[in-house]
Amino acid sequence: MRVPILKQGDYVIASIQSALTDDDLLKLRDDLAAHVGKYRSKGVIVDVTVLDVMDSFASRTVRDLAQMVRLRGAKTVIVGIQPEVAFAMVQLGLELGDVATALDLEEALALLQNEAR
Amino acid sequence: MKRGDMSHGRRIIPIVSDADIVEARMAARTLAEFVGFSGAHLVMIATAVSEVARNIIEYAKPGEVVLSVVQNSLRRGLEVVARDQGPGIADISQAMQDGFSTSRSLGLGLPGSRRLMDEFEVESKVGLGTTVTMRKWLP
Repeated sequence: MRVPILKQGDYVIASIQSALTDDDLLKLRDDLAAHVGKYRSKGVIVDVTVLDVMDSFASRTVRDLAQMVRLRGAKTVIVGIQPEVAFAMVQLGLELGDVATALDLEEALALLQNEAR
Repeated sequence: MKRGDMSHGRRIIPIVSDADIVEARMAARTLAEFVGFSGAHLVMIATAVSEVARNIIEYAKPGEVVLSVVQNSLRRGLEVVARDQGPGIADISQAMQDGFSTSRSLGLGLPGSRRLMDEFEVESKVGLGTTVTMRKWLP
């Protein structure tokens, strides 16, 4: 299932709607990198609120995504990692490196706006 | 047995493509809920299943994940068996180390899954395949 990507001013927002396969995650990564170029976006927000699992592949893909977006001159914020998911990620030994995270969309937008100042 | 039928407390999910990883972890979550797990435990089980199913896709497809309700003298639990007829693991203690991977993954799959579950065993014969068995007991 393809993740819808919305443009909102200087930012693009990808709101994940359901569980994603590995292929879906890779498509999302590539779509976002392409969107940043197309819209000259300054920031990318990925909402993962509905994901009930962030395993090693998902974490790696999110880190790669943030790195690709950064190389294209924009910043990525991951929004909505559930507390249980965060707990399992820590147990598994996963980390998102220096990828920015926020609790909700509002906080993510504030983070990107502060960055731009 | 129909897909989704849990009357026998057992489900078998063939692992052939990456979409089956999602299928396996959703089935694990559903059966774990049926056993009585909740909250963080559901996520831990689903994540561990995701990792062992992904191992099959990365190294040894096709394989299968078998989910069963288990009971010992004290408690009920969920058993996950991930089985393949792939190349096998030559050095299991090496594969169980954090950060060890022969593909480009993070190498957290097996050791990470062990931390998420209560019991964890790997049996492997080179050229014949690998079976990972893990259990989580209701707290």
